[in-house]
Formats: sequence, C-alpha cells, structure tokens
Amino acid sequence: MTQKSVLLATLLLSAAFPAVGRSAVEVPSLSAAAGRYAITPKSNIGFAVDQVGGGGIKGRFGKFSGTFNLKAGDLAHSIVNFELQPESVSTGQDRVDAFLRSGAVFDTSHFEKITFRSERVEQTGPDSAHVSGTLTAKGHSSPESFDVKLTSFGDRSIAFNVSGKIFRSRYSMDVGTPIYSNVVQFDMMIEGQRD
Amino acid sequence: MPRSAADRYDLLTIILHWLIAALIAGLLVLGFVMTRSSIDPALSFSLFQWHKSFGMLALLLAAVRLLHSWLVVRVKPTDGMGHAEHLAARSMHHVLLLLAVAVPLAGWLIASVSPLEIPTFAFNTIVIPHLPVPKSDAAEAWWTTVHAVLAYSTLALVLLHSLAALHHHYHRHDGVLARMFPRRHRSAETSIRELKP
Repeated sequence: MTQKSVLLATLLLSAAFPAVGRSAVEVPSLSAAAGRYAITPKSNIGFAVDQVGGGGIKGRFGKFSGTFNLKAGDLAHSIVNFELQPESVSTGQDRVDAFLRSGAVFDTSHFEKITFRSERVEQTGPDSAHVSGTLTAKGHSSPESFDVKLTSFGDRSIAFNVSGKIFRSRYSMDVGTPIYSNVVQFDMMIEGQRD
Repeated sequence: MPRSAADRYDLLTIILHWLIAALIAGLLVLGFVMTRSSIDPALSFSLFQWHKSFGMLALLLAAVRLLHSWLVVRVKPTDGMGHAEHLAARSMHHVLLLLAVAVPLAGWLIASVSPLEIPTFAFNTIVIPHLPVPKSDAAEAWWTTVHAVLAYSTLALVLLHSLAALHHHYHRHDGVLARMFPRRHRSAETSIRELKP
C-alpha cells in the first residue's frame, strides 16, 4: 500500500470506529486489573524545570521503589506508596547533579529519601485518575497530586503515565528562582509488576 | 561636549570613572568570595548571579566610557609632567579603559560557552542572551582562566594607578587627582576657568 492509501484507510477506520482514536490501550475492567503491584526498575522518573529565556534542566532519578494496590470496586481507596533516592539524580551534567545533591537542593547527606503516600484516588475517565497524597522531601511534607493515565496492561504488568507539577519552594528547594522556575514538572512512566 | 583640550575632566567622565571603579572593586570581592569551595552552594549560586548582573552593568558603563573617552574627551597634560611620564600615564589609562570592557566581556564568554547554559538574568529583570559561541567544558575552563587573569591584572594596575594618583596629590601637589573630582572639590589653581573673573 502506498502512504496515501494507508492514510485514507486510517481516516476511514477512525470515522467508522471513533473509539479507536480515543484510548491508546484497551481499558481493562477494574476487577481484571485489581491487585497489588510492585513498581519495577523499568519505570522512568523524569522531571523538568524551565529556565528564563527558554530551555531548562531535565533529569531523572535512577533509584526508587514502591507499591500500589488497585482495589476493584473501591478505586478511591487504592493505595500508592513511592519513594526515591535523590542521590540517584542525573541531568547529564555532573556539576548540576552535584549541586542538586548539595544542601542547596536535596541535601542528600541528611535526607536520603523522598516519599509519596497516596490518600485518595479519583477516577477521572475510563483510563485516567487523579491521585492525591503527601509528598515528603527535605524534612517538609505537603499535599500534592498527580494525574495518572493507563498506557499498557498485560497479564502480570500494568503501566501508567504519571504527571504532576510541584512547587519546590514548599520543600526549601527554591534556590535559583526566578532564573529557574519554582515549578518542577514530573513526567513519569510507572510500571507495576503483579506480586 | 568640549572638543578642544580642557584642563579638567567633564562630569560624565568623572561619574563613570568612580562608578566603574566601585563596580570593579565590588566585582573583584564578589568574584573572589563566590569561587571559594568552602562557601554554601546556594550562597555561591546567588553571588554568581549578583556578579553577573553587576558585571553586565560594568560592561555597559565601561563601553560608554571607552567610546566617550576616545571620541569626546580631550584633556591637557598636567603641568610639570615630563614626556615619558605623560606617555606612561596615558598608556595606563588606555589599558584600564580597555580592561574595563575586556574583563566583563570575558565573563560574558564564560556564561556563553558553558554547557550548563545558566541564563544571565540581570538584576532578575533582563535576560542577557548568550553570545553565539560553541559550548564546551574546555572553552569554559579557558575563558574562566582568561577572565581571572585579566581581572587580577586589572587589580594590580588599579593599585598602581591609585598609588600614582596619590603620589601626585600628596607629594607633587599637582591637580592630577583633583581633576577627577567635580569642580567644588578641587583646589582653585587646577581650574583656569575659576581664575577667570
């Protein structure tokens, strides 16, 4: 098939079956997805901080762990526990990494972990939810929330895209503002493996 | 603006001279303190940003001063100075005028070639774009050295320049130092205009 006919076929298909374009994955029934999952190392914890004049700092955390428990029929009481080691931050620039680990930002020699404990899960669509909970970092705890979207679902594994914005000033990490935004944008891929 | 040689500096020159002198002194202190490895990293970052802001201001004022000095200012040599002495003084003044522009320019190049791409947000108000130069750690190290060597050379020359001015004022009792102050602070004999009825 030529490119044109592929395009035409796609257009016709999506016109005939509008649902095809809506969700990237087939949404499993909650009862099928219910259960306890451990977050796998294949997950990706990415973040970005914008800087004035364009661009910014992008990085990820390499060491983290967590579990989540999807409760069928009671999604609101599903539980997510997550923790990461800020020591494992990497931005591609050693000097930036060292600065982030220092007392100016994460202070990893005094605060080894950043944790998130969910308190409420609200379903916002067939394959999406809003997770609220408490984030603790550098000795400060604050309510935060993340948007969660299902991206894949298999027999024993499930994956979500998790995004959220966090004000670093709430955790005494607002060094460098206003050159660097106070907002840290998290864009994460969380993969869970059924226990 | 006076085109013929005057016996005193104009007000713009005087203001720029002392402003830039104060900026150079402050920037040298900031530059020294902010690069000590023992200081708090957050404080160091903050001091770097102040150094960049004031450095950009110094560059702007020094560029104005350089152009003004070359294109407008004409001052007579002070009486009692020999040819060689006059030549040495003029050379020192030109070198200082050039260094006042070159040092902050080298600083701007550090920020511009650095792969860290930290923006220069002067006084948290104006984004000063990076110069269009390739970025690398090696180029950053090179320009950091150039900036430091030029800055400490400036310090040495400023000390020499100040000692010469004090020597003229306290030992020779001529008008060399006084003519870099506004009229009312100068002794009457340094201004011909004041002697005129």
